[in-house]
Amino acid sequence: MKRPHIGSLLLGLIPFIAICLTVSLWDRIYPMVFGLPFNFFWLIGWLLLTPLCMWSAYWLEERTPASRDEGGER
Amino acid sequence: MSSSIVALSITSLIVALGSLAGFFARFGRKMDLEQWTVAARGFGTMLVWLLMAGEIYTTFTFLGASGWAYSRGAPVLYILGYQPLMYVVAFFILPAVWEIGQKRKLQTQADFFQARYQNTYLSALAAMVGVIAMLPYVQLQLTGLGIIVEIASYGAINRTPAMIIAFTIVAAFVFVSGIRGVAWASVLKDLLLLFAAVFIGIAIPYHYFGGIGPMFAAVAHAKPQHLVMPGSTKNLGHTWYVTSVLMTSVGFFMWPQNFAASFTAKSGKILRRNAVFMPLYSITMPLMVFVGLTALLVLPHLSNGDLSLLTIVRQTFPAWFLGIIGGAGALTAMIPAAIQLLTAATMFAKNLYRPVIAPGMTDRQVGTLAKAMVVVLTLGALYLAIATSVSLVALLLLGYSGVAQLFPGVVLGLFSKRVTTRGVFAGLAVGIAIDAALTLSGRDPYRGLNAGFIALCVNFAVTAIVSLVTRVQASGLEEGSPSVGTSI
Repeated sequence: MKRPHIGSLLLGLIPFIAICLTVSLWDRIYPMVFGLPFNFFWLIGWLLLTPLCMWSAYWLEERTPASRDEGGER
Repeated sequence: MSSSIVALSITSLIVALGSLAGFFARFGRKMDLEQWTVAARGFGTMLVWLLMAGEIYTTFTFLGASGWAYSRGAPVLYILGYQPLMYVVAFFILPAVWEIGQKRKLQTQADFFQARYQNTYLSALAAMVGVIAMLPYVQLQLTGLGIIVEIASYGAINRTPAMIIAFTIVAAFVFVSGIRGVAWASVLKDLLLLFAAVFIGIAIPYHYFGGIGPMFAAVAHAKPQHLVMPGSTKNLGHTWYVTSVLMTSVGFFMWPQNFAASFTAKSGKILRRNAVFMPLYSITMPLMVFVGLTALLVLPHLSNGDLSLLTIVRQTFPAWFLGIIGGAGALTAMIPAAIQLLTAATMFAKNLYRPVIAPGMTDRQVGTLAKAMVVVLTLGALYLAIATSVSLVALLLLGYSGVAQLFPGVVLGLFSKRVTTRGVFAGLAVGIAIDAALTLSGRDPYRGLNAGFIALCVNFAVTAIVSLVTRVQASGLEEGSPSVGTSI
């Protein structure tokens, strides 16, 4: 199978860091933003930002030629 | 006319419309196993979107998320966390899965294990894991349906008869229409769900507090500890959040029905594009959470958090509106249940029964057995739903931790040449054993870690170590590869 581009893997890592691994940094009520507790605001924000990261990754994958294929399917 | 009759007739009307959409979708198409299970691989972006949304937004979205916001508080945030992340995982693996599905004419997830590892027992084990994990998921939908009818009838109809009626309809629906019918019925369901979620998610906090912001201010004043983890629980803290989010985001597309949904697409590109934009659809989730938090202050003494959404809708709006919400809710239970049953039944007949017990069966007989299994599995889930009572989220997590164990076999199978059949078999068996031991003995979470996550880590380690000490084996995905290393 064609392996994903390293750039798109890094782009995919961004939401994992922001949403998952950094939880103790943003799991708090204050400051409230748009009336939402900070943790709710943060996660809702990433519902919108994740597609942005993945759209860049999509763009990267689509313009990479299949010649990078490392064996497997040919 | 009494309120319960108004609400129930509207709910039934919506269910009937949804079922009709499903029944009519089959017209003009020959129903063989290929059409019934993967719609002859002819779905474009829209239908794949609808099918995936149909499987993703279930009763759980509707009742479970608000239920946990009500009873547990901030740990419900794990749902907002895993939803976008599971599409990141999908972005990387689904196009590759699709490509193999296309080349090898795969219909089920266990077919994938068969094609990659060329071992009947491994594929039968994968099928068994999928079928068993699906039972609590179907049970979840049934329990949800029961709650809906109970509340929409203002207590006049008991949960048990309601579940029996609803699942007769579901089984008939799956029987006749197959996957294409299910995708079209999703159109109605998704429109209704979106409308319902956006409307009540905004209107209910507005009605009681004058807006979402003031609602949060009131909760932060009255119960501040409810809004940060571990909320109203003792053991669902940050470690639990991280491990649960990781486990569920890799587990999601390991659900046999979600995995197999990628086979219905016309191209891998369609799947990748969907994976980019699907998180936007998750915007309904926080709205359900808002409703649950509003209910926490308005109706503080409910016996079961899963009742909170419908109870507050019933208290706030007239009966006809409760009927619409009930109908949307009923479809969100029926359609995913139909997909799950269809997948589990096909996998049982094709990957477990035929290869292991009756190798002489024809495709036609497999199709017949699959349809019979729809009935058997429905009855099994019905029995579980009536006999046991567990919260919706607990049921969901139970199934997830089981299917997540398939992840190493899939991802290493796609991208590694060193992984071997014995490695995957050993990893899967150990993962399932650990998961079952921890969950069934009530040790989930174990020392603050999600039990399925612990099992998954051990699973990965065992798969890697056993693969490295066994002989290199050719991937079944390479063209013309000989069938070697198939014995366990």
